[in-house]
Amino acid sequence: MNGLDDLSRRDFLKLGAAGAGMASMGAILAACSSESSQSATTLNALFMQQAAYSNTDVQGMVDAFQKANPKITVKPTFVAYESLHDKIVTAAPAGTYDVVLIDVIWPPEFATKNEIIDVTDKFPSNWTSEIFPGALQTAEYQSKFYGVPWILDTKYFFYNKDILKSAGVTSEPKTWDEVFAAAKQIKSKHIIQYPLIWSWAQAEAVICDYAQLLGAYGGQFLESSGKPAFNTGGGLTALEIMKKSIDDGTTNPASAESLETDVVKIVSQGQAAMALNWTFMFSLANDPSQSQVAGNIVVAHTPTGPSGAAPGCNGSMALSIGSGSQHKDEAWKFIEFITSQDIQNQYAKLSLPIWKSSYDEPEVVNTLPEVVAVAKTQLNDMILRPQVPSYNEASAALQLEIQSALTGSKTPKQALDDAAAAWGGLLQS
Amino acid sequence: MRRKYRLGPFQVPVSGASGTALLLLIPSLIVVFGIVVYPLGRTLYTSFFDVNSPFPGDYPFLGLGNYRRTFGNPAFWAAIRRTAYFTVVSTWFELLLGILLALLLNARFHGRGALRAIVILPWALPTIVNGLMWRWILNPEYGALNALLTQLHVISNYRSWLGSPLLALNMVIVADVWKTTPLAAFLLLAGLQTIPRELHEAARVDGAGAFRGFFRVTLPLLFPSILIILVVRTIEAFKVFDLIYIMTRGGPANGTQSIAYYAYIQAFSNQLFGYGSALAYVIALFILGFALVYMRLLRTEFAY
Repeated sequence: MNGLDDLSRRDFLKLGAAGAGMASMGAILAACSSESSQSATTLNALFMQQAAYSNTDVQGMVDAFQKANPKITVKPTFVAYESLHDKIVTAAPAGTYDVVLIDVIWPPEFATKNEIIDVTDKFPSNWTSEIFPGALQTAEYQSKFYGVPWILDTKYFFYNKDILKSAGVTSEPKTWDEVFAAAKQIKSKHIIQYPLIWSWAQAEAVICDYAQLLGAYGGQFLESSGKPAFNTGGGLTALEIMKKSIDDGTTNPASAESLETDVVKIVSQGQAAMALNWTFMFSLANDPSQSQVAGNIVVAHTPTGPSGAAPGCNGSMALSIGSGSQHKDEAWKFIEFITSQDIQNQYAKLSLPIWKSSYDEPEVVNTLPEVVAVAKTQLNDMILRPQVPSYNEASAALQLEIQSALTGSKTPKQALDDAAAAWGGLLQS
Repeated sequence: MRRKYRLGPFQVPVSGASGTALLLLIPSLIVVFGIVVYPLGRTLYTSFFDVNSPFPGDYPFLGLGNYRRTFGNPAFWAAIRRTAYFTVVSTWFELLLGILLALLLNARFHGRGALRAIVILPWALPTIVNGLMWRWILNPEYGALNALLTQLHVISNYRSWLGSPLLALNMVIVADVWKTTPLAAFLLLAGLQTIPRELHEAARVDGAGAFRGFFRVTLPLLFPSILIILVVRTIEAFKVFDLIYIMTRGGPANGTQSIAYYAYIQAFSNQLFGYGSALAYVIALFILGFALVYMRLLRTEFAY
């Protein structure tokens, strides 16, 4: 027994020695690879898979960048928009991502918490006049730039001209009154059951639709003093209208669980006549391989309210450098490359460029002539959601109360008053 | 030396053994300390501070402030109520359906082996896949459930299954019950198989019918298995997160926001890591409470 024990102990030691040998080999190998990585860098970049550029488009841009910069490798990661914020936050202390895609509503939060870096020094001054102001706002907080705008988007009004025509609606609905009247007409003629579909799920999506109605009816999120103002005037009317259109059956009740991608699917199946959505819907809903109503979906300026206002919700996004990045210069190089006018013009099909002059370039205009025509005016008329560091919490409170009103557990007035009270506490802290 | 010969074949002298044992235990000690003890301690420490970013740094000390904030918050209690509803309803449905399924699988019939294999399938699916699958089934426009129910003329119009708060919560419960009933069924099947056949025969000789036999013989003898299912499922269900994250993200109108999801939102979406840590501890205390009650029950002797 003793002998066996000794033997196994000796084996154990041998194994240990072998292990140590392996480990030192590994260390040598690691040293070799780190030596060679001084010239070759790997960048990790975080993108979303939802509206705007498709994964294939992003991969195409990455390939072009790598071809131009053979010493830099870019590893893109794609997550759903709904997971993007939390992914950026959780990865920040580890410095996992060198480049992150951020939404227009996040710079105050990420900037105050040092999760992304200030790039004002690198930002060429001529860009501020060459890029659309709405896009610039995406990356700006307290007169500093925390990234470069990459996606310039707003919610346009889409309608199915075939359905409208068969319901006897002869002219394009230009105001919200005309939209709801057309919806009633379509419903009463039993052409489709629910003429309107929205992205009213408990997510940021519902805030975008609400913002657009709020703007049209002359409301505002905050007073100039910074106090919540959406529970009166246009803000209240907007929610009352939303609730009314669910009650009278013109809005599909599935709206309360739908995101923008669901809206694309439902419109593409011919089950809705009118909807608000981002640019990407135009190409997808008119693509015969994915849509049963290809060729019938028209894009238009978002409808106006009684005051004649019709701002689109600013849904732009920017690329920022993570504060924990070890390769900030390479990251900037990559951002500079994929936000460049050349690249953006080339991939204009799902997301229009941030550069003003692109909208007169044949390459862009010919890709999406219908959208570019509308975009030229709509992109100069946008409404910004409040830029406050606790935006996410404030938005969640408003999403909850809007849904409480839509599902009928509170009146619109009560719901918005409650949301305003919650905002009051959040904006002070 | 003499002492040594008296030892059994697999025993080694005590002094050497403890040294070797310690050596061999070090890796697992490091792992346990690293992934259990340290995070537990760190979370407790974090819960006393107003930590509002993921980075280390100086944060104001709040003492029990985060805990006071938890218990004084109606949103917290609303989440607890929803979680309790989810836990009770899903656990009891899983138990009831599990008993029926176990009785079926215990009966002798042709193809029983195949059926047993099929029944375990839902349990084998990852929760994420299960959540996605149900989201597709329940989709208001192209989901299978609407198609099935309209074609059977149960409902006349397609309806939105995840669009109103209570219905959505019930649908999440359906998805959970579908996935977890097999686990209950198999634990109960194991319990059924330990019941001696003589007891059933004796009951039949005494004139007990199928129902009486079930309630007087089978059910009492199954009680230990039932209790284990209640313990395991209550604790699991109270922590429900992934199913909700996939199916509803807490909506509509927070109708499906469980307490674990609420804690996640506070910590990661709102970057209130201190408050989130306090919530995590409160959830752990709730579960500890359940565990203590159940351990008490499990320790009681069963008299048949």
